[in-house]
Amino acid sequence: MTRRKRRFGRGVAIVGAGMSPFGIRPDVTNRELFTEAFLDMGNSVDRGFDPKEIEALYVGNCGAEMWESQSVMGALCADVTGLTPRPALKIEDACASSSVAVREGIIGIASGIYDMVLAGGTEKMSVLPTNWTTMALACGSDTTYESSAGFTFPGLYASMATAHMEKYGTTHDDLLRVAIKNHSNGALNPKAHFPKTIKDVMNMRIAKAKEKGKSVPSWADEMEFLHDPRYNPVIAWPNTLFDCCPVTDGAACILLVAEEISKNFTDTPIYIIGSGQASGHNLHDRETLTSIPAAKIAAQQAYEMADISPQDIKIAEVHDCFTIAEVMAIADLGFFKEGKEAATAAGEGKTARDGVKPINVSGGLKCKGHPVGATGAAQTVEIFQQMRGEAGARQVTNMDINLALNHNIGAHGTTAVVQIYERR
Amino acid sequence: MKEIPFTIASFENFLKEKKLMASRCNKCSALWLPPRPICIKCRSDELKWVELNGKGKLVAFTVIGVGPIPMIDAGYNRDNPYCAGIVEVEEGPRISAQILGVDVVHPENIKIGTPLTADFVERGSWHFVEELAKERKMYLVFRV
Repeated sequence: MTRRKRRFGRGVAIVGAGMSPFGIRPDVTNRELFTEAFLDMGNSVDRGFDPKEIEALYVGNCGAEMWESQSVMGALCADVTGLTPRPALKIEDACASSSVAVREGIIGIASGIYDMVLAGGTEKMSVLPTNWTTMALACGSDTTYESSAGFTFPGLYASMATAHMEKYGTTHDDLLRVAIKNHSNGALNPKAHFPKTIKDVMNMRIAKAKEKGKSVPSWADEMEFLHDPRYNPVIAWPNTLFDCCPVTDGAACILLVAEEISKNFTDTPIYIIGSGQASGHNLHDRETLTSIPAAKIAAQQAYEMADISPQDIKIAEVHDCFTIAEVMAIADLGFFKEGKEAATAAGEGKTARDGVKPINVSGGLKCKGHPVGATGAAQTVEIFQQMRGEAGARQVTNMDINLALNHNIGAHGTTAVVQIYERR
Repeated sequence: MKEIPFTIASFENFLKEKKLMASRCNKCSALWLPPRPICIKCRSDELKWVELNGKGKLVAFTVIGVGPIPMIDAGYNRDNPYCAGIVEVEEGPRISAQILGVDVVHPENIKIGTPLTADFVERGSWHFVEELAKERKMYLVFRV
């Protein structure tokens, strides 16, 4: 059977996008976080919109059952935003939950059933102590065959890192340079969890040591700071603290409409022209440990649908839950060759904000934060702002961003979503 | 052994007997570890249990100080980390397991390709409900 080329039944556009500040948010629950994102999104719609016209909600949420003892997040978000009795779906696909939600929203409009939908996600994670958060996150891998073997999420990605190091000679410094790059972007993002460069963090530690009258560490530069295990301890070797994204509270959402009505809301809609999604095996069952096969398949689907090639993409938000994940992502997306070229791209400045292929200009999951059920939609928020020239101090200015992409991985690669955006 | 269903419970019962068992497709001979109820290569659901020789080699690994609760309860922590890895068994497939007998204090000395042998250790269960987490189970591990 030859499959016909996948295409949308009709065009879909984003006319609004917003997010809550990301970080440790002790006084709010998922519902308030989603409300913040909803209000921020509303403010971004140039000519405004009537919330009564939203016909359905798609809400990504990974684990409120575990973190808040609360399920039915779709209906609760509909209620708090005044959107009842619209149908509301809670969608769970681990860290890809909200990209799957966005994709389902796209499909809802492309199918012709709806003209306007709200899609996004929310996650409140900071309520549990670290050991329970480790447990909650590990539920995204195979409890029977992976977590029970002792694997945690930092551990699964660390294993991919050891395989990458063995196969390609990748060094830990290559990985740390991804963190340095993403922090230098996130430092310019007022909604980031840690809006600081690693050099800023280093200088804060020095200031603190001085203040407490302790011996003041003398690091030559941020790489030497990152090599100091007292300040950058191993979490799951070779992953150190600064290879890992933080545990973050946050929400994000976007307003999707049919292309034919998009100009009612703004002169600059962002069109979604490609979407792909794939599932994958457990890590040990894959033919490769140095790439995420589901991401390659999702990317291929999205490129084919959009009828463009990886070279056409100007900027991308990719899933850098751990530094090795960005190295694999930029190869799986076809931007760089798998192996040394991808591993050294950050160090060589190719993926910097002013590089040939800016990656994670928002700061990425690493610096902006990773509220798992909101992450994919937050990537789309960044793309929306960058493509419209609204990203403030972190705006990419050395190119016309007419095509962009987001890449969101669920768990350790058992789900992957890639979406391609166009500004006309 | 065809009456034994291809379930997780069956696999775990074999571990209790210190046997590492896989499922083999009767039609295309594909070998599945962890065992599968359907051959995802030829889609046959006619499989049989086969015992593996327990030999393998390390293909990827990590050393963890901050583990999940069953590992913390088993005595592992930052000062006493453990190695988790992916093992390719001699018969072909790969599986995840704790790796014993490697230098967890110097993970840079742990070599991919290290030959390993299957073993079985008892630990608590993986569950959010404390009562269920207390249940002792036999787990597959590999040793140098």
